[in-house]
Amino acid sequence: MEASKNNIIEEVTQGEYKYGFVTDIENDFAPTGLSEDTIRFISAKKNEPEFLLEYRLKAYRHWLTLEEPEWAHLHHPKINYQDIIFYAAPKKKEQLGSLDEVDPELIKTFEKLGISLNEQKMFTGVAVDAVIDSISVTTTFKETLAEKGIIFCSFSEAVKEHPDLVKKYMGSVVPYTDNFFATLNSAVFSDGSFCFIPKGVRCPIELSTYFRINAANTGQFERTLIVAEEDSYVSYMEGCTAPQRDENQLHAAIVEIVALENAEVKYSTVQNWYPGNKEGLGGIYNFVTKRGICKGNNSKISWTQVETGSAITWKYPSVILKGDNSIGEFYSVAVTNNFQQADTGSKMIHIGKNSKSTIISKGISAGKSNNSYRGLVKTTKSAVNARNFSQCDSLLLGDKCGAHTFPYIEVGNKSSVVEHEATTSKISDDQLFYCKQRGIDTESAIGLIVNGYAKEVLNKLPMEFAVEAQKLLSISLEGSVG
Amino acid sequence: MLSIKDLKVSINGKKILNGFNLEVKAGEVHAIMGPNGTGKSTLASVIAGREIFEVTGGEIIYKNQNLLALAPEIRAREGIFLGFQYPVEIPGVSITNFMKTAVNEHRKYKGLAPLTATEFLALMDEKKKLVELQTKLANRSVNEGFSGGEKKKNEIFQMAMLNPDLSILDETDSGLDIDALRIVANGVNKLKTKDNASIIITHYQRLLDYIVPDFVHVMYEGRIVKSGGKELALELEEKGYDWIKKELEEKSNL
Repeated sequence: MEASKNNIIEEVTQGEYKYGFVTDIENDFAPTGLSEDTIRFISAKKNEPEFLLEYRLKAYRHWLTLEEPEWAHLHHPKINYQDIIFYAAPKKKEQLGSLDEVDPELIKTFEKLGISLNEQKMFTGVAVDAVIDSISVTTTFKETLAEKGIIFCSFSEAVKEHPDLVKKYMGSVVPYTDNFFATLNSAVFSDGSFCFIPKGVRCPIELSTYFRINAANTGQFERTLIVAEEDSYVSYMEGCTAPQRDENQLHAAIVEIVALENAEVKYSTVQNWYPGNKEGLGGIYNFVTKRGICKGNNSKISWTQVETGSAITWKYPSVILKGDNSIGEFYSVAVTNNFQQADTGSKMIHIGKNSKSTIISKGISAGKSNNSYRGLVKTTKSAVNARNFSQCDSLLLGDKCGAHTFPYIEVGNKSSVVEHEATTSKISDDQLFYCKQRGIDTESAIGLIVNGYAKEVLNKLPMEFAVEAQKLLSISLEGSVG
Repeated sequence: MLSIKDLKVSINGKKILNGFNLEVKAGEVHAIMGPNGTGKSTLASVIAGREIFEVTGGEIIYKNQNLLALAPEIRAREGIFLGFQYPVEIPGVSITNFMKTAVNEHRKYKGLAPLTATEFLALMDEKKKLVELQTKLANRSVNEGFSGGEKKKNEIFQMAMLNPDLSILDETDSGLDIDALRIVANGVNKLKTKDNASIIITHYQRLLDYIVPDFVHVMYEGRIVKSGGKELALELEEKGYDWIKKELEEKSNL
């Protein structure tokens, strides 16, 4: 902890996006553009069963009838979907039996990212699934987990090994008709992670997926499916980075979580896709659909996110509280600097009796960026005694950025209680001077104040992630004052 | 240690300091007194490097360097400490974390390795005792929800942690009850050595019952108009500032 603290300060004084390198890996590409042929190509590449190809084609045909949504507080040139390569996979040897067979360039990439795929991770207690350009490269600790009956593997592998589970749960939370970007994902997704925790099992280690976009002009479309059976527990973490490129790249992912009776799923994200440069050139368009369903009684789903990257973030991790006494939580820190735009928040749909939800959103805007919270809290007629508490705080650095809040509240019965609190504040000159008078320079002072402001959310992150997130917050705001 | 010559300072075109002079040597305690609005707090802010003030003339030499050319955080690392009259709140940042960052910045500046967690906590414990700061206070966010007395104790605690060469205490006694005043003053006295110096800014003589100054200066209209030993403070207490004003008027009428 001690060493990492000091690194934070050092890194803050150094700056710049440090994950912007490109790895020289040979790729298998799909032809540019989107058509039924592209989809057949992807499906064939992956040796998929018929049902999946059908699912993709249904999604594609539906997608053709949709318009890109424009309601978000975001501005970007129209995306030309025919300019995107929808599938890029690192070329690999026939079968990856062990880590030794993985392309050494890939291993180097992950070392640069600070992710060791070796069994070293045993000591930190994290199992990692690494996804590069949408293809899962390797998954660690499979055997250890298998002893408990836990399945943690790439989505493609799950399709082959556990087709029944995939068939049963895929699309059950986010149907292929859900929205423009989710539908697109359903048509072209290339890989992702799959996680299944059987009845009564508490997953003993943190599960983690690390996403990286590497190839140019490529979109990344991965999907994650987590199923927690009755009385099970899992904590899941997701990290993302991308190289620095001048053009915008599209990332449209889906995450689905199913929690059965008494199950608990904790999902943490540190999103650090390339945000574009100081003039707003390049960066990832991050259009993501994340949703969980508390299907069984007394189940719980908790989303924690630290969003510092991406040129544009469009993302509303949500919980459908179907089970009685179920609990949904959303803790978010979203930072925008320079020309970044974020429209992010949560949806809590209360259906079960006595269901409870909490939304804590901390927005931080700097530079010329725009940061919006958009959230829906809905209690249906059946959600007797439902409770929600929402708190949306905005912190502004400088006077050229924007913070916006769009809360939607729909109350469908008389016994539910919904609370919404919001604040807006600035880092004052008095606070900065106080820090400086104690020998702390401006950058470090901002890092300190911002981390203090976001503490409530950062505390919810698993230890391994919390340190990384603190560093990220400071780095993302570099050069935002003075 | 500190030499201020003919210092002229204004804010938004309004003159506040007007030919201010002061010499402070190591081992000395200077008290600066004077009625409201004579520029005492401005003086403290300008020494610490607050940017909103404009220095229009004169110089400040500190340890043989032109102090006015240094950034506020460098001045701090060079050993200047300002105990604020109104310490600001920093929500979510614990005193422990705040001080760890500050102490390690000071150490980095001096080319020293950062303190380990154990060393740091030992240092905290030692200095907390000095100002009778409760442990639970150290875990709270900087100044958030602190009483007036707690804020001032926290300032002296930070001073003890950073071990400055020159400390400026800006009306540290304001808002303190008699017990807190005694604790704060004790802290300051214990930190005094032959190598460091302090400037104590105050309205009232009562702080000077506890912290005995070597020099007392009276400030009026942006400069020092009368200097003396500790007995000057007592005289002021008895006669009030009008006495000084009258004396000045008589002088100018001559």
